[in-house]
Amino acid sequence: MIRFENVGLRYGTGREVLSDLTFSIAPHSFQFLTGPSGAGKTTLIRLLFLNLKPTRGLISIFGKDTALLRRADMPALRRRIGVVFQDFRLLDHLTTYENVALPYRVLGKDEASYRADVADLLDWVGLGDRKHVYPPVLSGGEKQRAAIARALITKPEFLLADEPTGNVDPPLARRLLRLFLELNRLGTAVLIATHDIGLMDQLDVRRMVIEGGHLEIYE
Amino acid sequence: MKMAVPKRTRIAIKAKVRPNSEADGASPIVPPQAIAGRTLVLVIAIMTFLAGFTIAVVSVIDRAANAWASDIGREVTIEVRPLDGVAISGEVEKAVALAQEFPGVGSAHGLSDAETQRLLEPWLGPGTDLSALPVPRLVVVSIDDATAFDAKALADAVSRQIRGGSVDDHALWIDRLSAMASSMVFAGIGLMMLMLVALVLSVVFATRAAMAGNRDVIEVLHFCGAEDRFIAGQFQRRFLLFGVEGGAIGGALALLAMAITAWVIGGSTGRPGADQLEALFGRFELPGTAYGLVLALVVAVALLTALTSRLAVQRSLSALD
Repeated sequence: MIRFENVGLRYGTGREVLSDLTFSIAPHSFQFLTGPSGAGKTTLIRLLFLNLKPTRGLISIFGKDTALLRRADMPALRRRIGVVFQDFRLLDHLTTYENVALPYRVLGKDEASYRADVADLLDWVGLGDRKHVYPPVLSGGEKQRAAIARALITKPEFLLADEPTGNVDPPLARRLLRLFLELNRLGTAVLIATHDIGLMDQLDVRRMVIEGGHLEIYE
Repeated sequence: MKMAVPKRTRIAIKAKVRPNSEADGASPIVPPQAIAGRTLVLVIAIMTFLAGFTIAVVSVIDRAANAWASDIGREVTIEVRPLDGVAISGEVEKAVALAQEFPGVGSAHGLSDAETQRLLEPWLGPGTDLSALPVPRLVVVSIDDATAFDAKALADAVSRQIRGGSVDDHALWIDRLSAMASSMVFAGIGLMMLMLVALVLSVVFATRAAMAGNRDVIEVLHFCGAEDRFIAGQFQRRFLLFGVEGGAIGGALALLAMAITAWVIGGSTGRPGADQLEALFGRFELPGTAYGLVLALVVAVALLTALTSRLAVQRSLSALD
């Protein structure tokens, strides 16, 4: 589904922040991406959702070489990828409900067709009673859950989550992990970037460890 | 014990909780407050006002010029100069008879001594004895059917048969009037085009500023898989509203300014300046087409604003690659 071959990335004329990354992500797989701060986790995630272009190497996403992608082709690919950002990226002028429903609005769907889905998912992540609230009055954990709900709402084929449990307490972190597992069971490949060793220890899955721009994979 | 919440806090909380966002329609994706909308509406209103006023003034001048040309074109004048040994009144009668036989002519009428005296009164004063002066006499020929009338044939006939006679078909005046009116209309169109170009540039700057202020919104939309045309559509919708609002205000003010101008000029009837203006332009009233053109201008401004913002957004987005 996703394939990296000898991918390197540098900003401007600086040193390479990612070097010789070669790996694949299979459909329905589940993996953690970990490593110290500044190791390149977020940069790798940005490469994975087409927000950055590599300076060398090949990236193939859903069978398409990203170097050959036209700008007009990107939206269709991005719709197959859900992203949870470390800083949430919720739109402050939209309610929680509207933020979560945003991917459907982008697709031009009628609100009646997704209203129940959005409400169900908000209930599931514990935000059922906060759906008419704007993000500035949500707590960090609530924003985190709203961001996760927005990434999951269209049931993407590949979910990228950058520190999705960084702002929630352990019980909620476990609940969110169950949500990711459930999504994975339904067919979505999941990659979770995290520092939380306790979270990773709960699952015996593939670990991708990035350090100094180099990647080690523990199957 | 129930704690009392201060009123200011209650208002702040209320502002951050929407009662029922599903029922009362979705919020705009591009937040209205993130665009300098008031300023843009003001700029659009000013531009529309100036363009609308230009249209109105040009319409009045164009109508007046057409009226002059039409009035003058419906009439030719036979001038009979006094010659020694020739009875001028006899030549005038011959000229009247000659003109009346011509196809297309409705009537021909030689100005009497009294009428000629009235014409010359501003220059010669009242009670002047014209018989003592070598004053030419005029025959006013009204034309009923301009297509059947041949001014050149009449001029030839007059020069052959009427001693001291010549025909003035006012062609020189008509040409000059027509040239002046065309110049005014072209100048007006030129001014209006400049204003619209200035409007387009203002909208481009406002759109770029709005995009810079909404970079986070655009990024999130991209991550959600939005196509550029969807994002451009969100900006276009917002700018269309600004265009409608600014255009309507500017158009209404232009029509109001014309009404006030007409009222002020109408109120000063009888004064020398006002009488001269009325003689030149007729009653200072907007022709019906001017109202239609100003309304069309408002619609054009709104569409131009929306289209410009859409193109500016699409251009900026494609430059992101």
